[in-house]
Amino acid sequence: MEFGLSESQQILKDSARKFFAGECNMAQVRRLAETETAYDAALWSKLAEQGFTGIIFPEEHGGLGLGKVELALLMEEAGYALLPGPFFSTIALAGSVLDALATAEQKKNYLDPICEGKARSTVALLEDNASWDPAAARIDVAGDKLSGTKLFVTDAAIADFIIVTARNGAFLVDAKAPGLTIEPMKGMDLTRKIYALHFKETPAERLGPAEHRSAAGGLARALEVAATALAAEMVGGMQRVLEITVAYAKTRKQFGKPIGIFQAVQHQCADMYLETESSRSAAYYAAWALEENAPDASNAVSIAKMYASDACRTVGNRGIQVHGGMGFTWENDLHFYYRRAKASETMLGDAMFHREHIAHLVIDAAHLAREAKSAD
Amino acid sequence: MDLNLSADELKFRDELRAWLKENVPRDWDEWREESLEARFEFLKGWQRKLHNGGWAGISWPKEFGGRGASLMQQVIFWQEMALAQAPPMANVLGLGLIGPTIIAFGTEAQKKRFLPKILSAEEIWCQGFSEPDAGSDLANVRCEATLEGGHYIVNGQKVWNSYGWAAHWCELVVRTDPNVPQHKGLTVLLLDMKSPGVEVRPLRQMTGETEFNELFFRDVRVPVENVVGKVNDGWKVAIGTLMHERGTFGAGLQIMYRRNMDRLIELSRTMHRNGRPVAQDPIFRQKLAQCYAEIEIMRANQMRAYSRISATGVPGPEGSIQKIFWSELNQRFQQVAQELLGPYGQIEGTDAHAIDKGMWAYGYLRSRGNTIEAGTSEIQRNIIGHFVLGLPKSY
Repeated sequence: MEFGLSESQQILKDSARKFFAGECNMAQVRRLAETETAYDAALWSKLAEQGFTGIIFPEEHGGLGLGKVELALLMEEAGYALLPGPFFSTIALAGSVLDALATAEQKKNYLDPICEGKARSTVALLEDNASWDPAAARIDVAGDKLSGTKLFVTDAAIADFIIVTARNGAFLVDAKAPGLTIEPMKGMDLTRKIYALHFKETPAERLGPAEHRSAAGGLARALEVAATALAAEMVGGMQRVLEITVAYAKTRKQFGKPIGIFQAVQHQCADMYLETESSRSAAYYAAWALEENAPDASNAVSIAKMYASDACRTVGNRGIQVHGGMGFTWENDLHFYYRRAKASETMLGDAMFHREHIAHLVIDAAHLAREAKSAD
Repeated sequence: MDLNLSADELKFRDELRAWLKENVPRDWDEWREESLEARFEFLKGWQRKLHNGGWAGISWPKEFGGRGASLMQQVIFWQEMALAQAPPMANVLGLGLIGPTIIAFGTEAQKKRFLPKILSAEEIWCQGFSEPDAGSDLANVRCEATLEGGHYIVNGQKVWNSYGWAAHWCELVVRTDPNVPQHKGLTVLLLDMKSPGVEVRPLRQMTGETEFNELFFRDVRVPVENVVGKVNDGWKVAIGTLMHERGTFGAGLQIMYRRNMDRLIELSRTMHRNGRPVAQDPIFRQKLAQCYAEIEIMRANQMRAYSRISATGVPGPEGSIQKIFWSELNQRFQQVAQELLGPYGQIEGTDAHAIDKGMWAYGYLRSRGNTIEAGTSEIQRNIIGHFVLGLPKSY
């Protein structure tokens, strides 16, 4: 048993850290936050050159064929850098759904360009009821035409195509298709923009074989991969906020001493460390469980996303508090992380959502399984 | 990263599991009624059985009667012991803390004299570290030892001592030089508890038990050959012991928590609130799920820490998050259990209405000690602040 990173995993993580430090520093993040889409074409090409856009996808589609743990490590570093733009939406979200559901031909048409860095995408899940349960989708496709509204869709304005979950399956829609309007929503996260999508008789292609009338199974697992990637990204964000805060506590002086000498401040930092490390353990474990298809994988994902959702917020709260007035300014970088944290907290289910899922698995499902066994 | 057991680890686990299946005493029940002394005799017998089977002190090197078990094997050992609901071992401090300290710092004669009888439970060990004025601030130890010929003469008091009433020997931290800075004048002695001038007084704690004792020493003579490590270098020896305290022990604790969790989920089906089983109440479902998740994260945190120790060889200060995590988690868990059980939560042991022989009332009270024993949560946060994050020392 070995829960440490392998040599190649550590190399991947280190090189991703170096890459983002060079190509996506805080000045770059601030610049992109001011743009409409937070997308930078040159940065995207460099991500593709590194192979990052195909990290978990099969080599036959131009990917690197690495595992979920590697995806988690890359996302952690992306989160550390607060990488703006559609990387999460395209790779972790849309890519995972394509990988799980698409036919061979669809993969060639849609997954290959993603791996190559030529296409960006996203998944439209939520409707006005704001339920993360894919079964709550009410929109449906009739005669290959889609009508209705999807909300809170990340990075839709720079997507080339969009995957839309509907009552009767998942569908591919060209971003330039007739009848589709993409309207920005004023989300808190300035580095990952969200949109409302209005479809009116928009042509849509069923994702997966034509005879499939539901996408439930494959979609659920793909969203678990995305949720784990998101939890890992949140871990990176927490790590950065912790480091910024500790550095500040060492240099900021009051009463003639660095404020980090005071235990009230130290203990805030210690709790940030505990919350960050615990989130990391949970995210790594979930990634491993998904990779191994372990029996508790679904539960492990909910545990990771649940814990990170709460921790990401409290780490931000503590970081801002330790910074005092400085932490409340626009000039300080913390609020960009804090904004991302809030958006990520709700994305793919907040802590309450995942706690209910855990309760379902460990209170209801476990009980039913035991009863079924004793009836045998 | 590979969390599957290796072939060797599997073999070790299966061998241990089979042995435990044959040998765990069937009449053992943590909550059965018996005197402290009767229970201790029983636990000594159990340790002898483990020793004869080659399962006592598995982390110790083979030359000292152990198995030279790897860290992961130790983790598996505590997990399997907990899964089999095996009794604890009588000489828990000797095996886990004092034996390893003697192995690391002791003389050849000390190793030969003391180690075999720790393994066989023939000699029970306790620790004399804390004092009324030296709790978290361990370096403030005042219990003094002065050299007279071939003996140290010990005078002073120790507190929060476990097993003192049953112990034959004590690993004692004393001040041997009062004229140097605090950390530098300490020495570790091995003290015979039967020596004249040793008095053990039970200390009754808020649970009603007398798990701890106060020790008093008046002119107790300890031969100089019972110094562990160098004279006035006791801080290093004591810290070495405390590092073991934060070792692999927690792996069994996690399994115990999980068992308590499973039991609480079971109880949530029979206890009712608002006209329905608690298991169907959305607020309790949130609380139970939170506890369950944290117990799983405790395991993941431990596994990451163990892998790091395997790689670096020593437990580091980041072990402090394990201590904070398990202690504060247990307090939250016990509180949820109290909420779930309502008025039944308060009913202690022997009452006919008690649920699970009173383990929930006991667990609730006992959990207050968790954030105090083995280094308070505040001290652990200081350790993280200073040693892990590099913040300036506050004291």
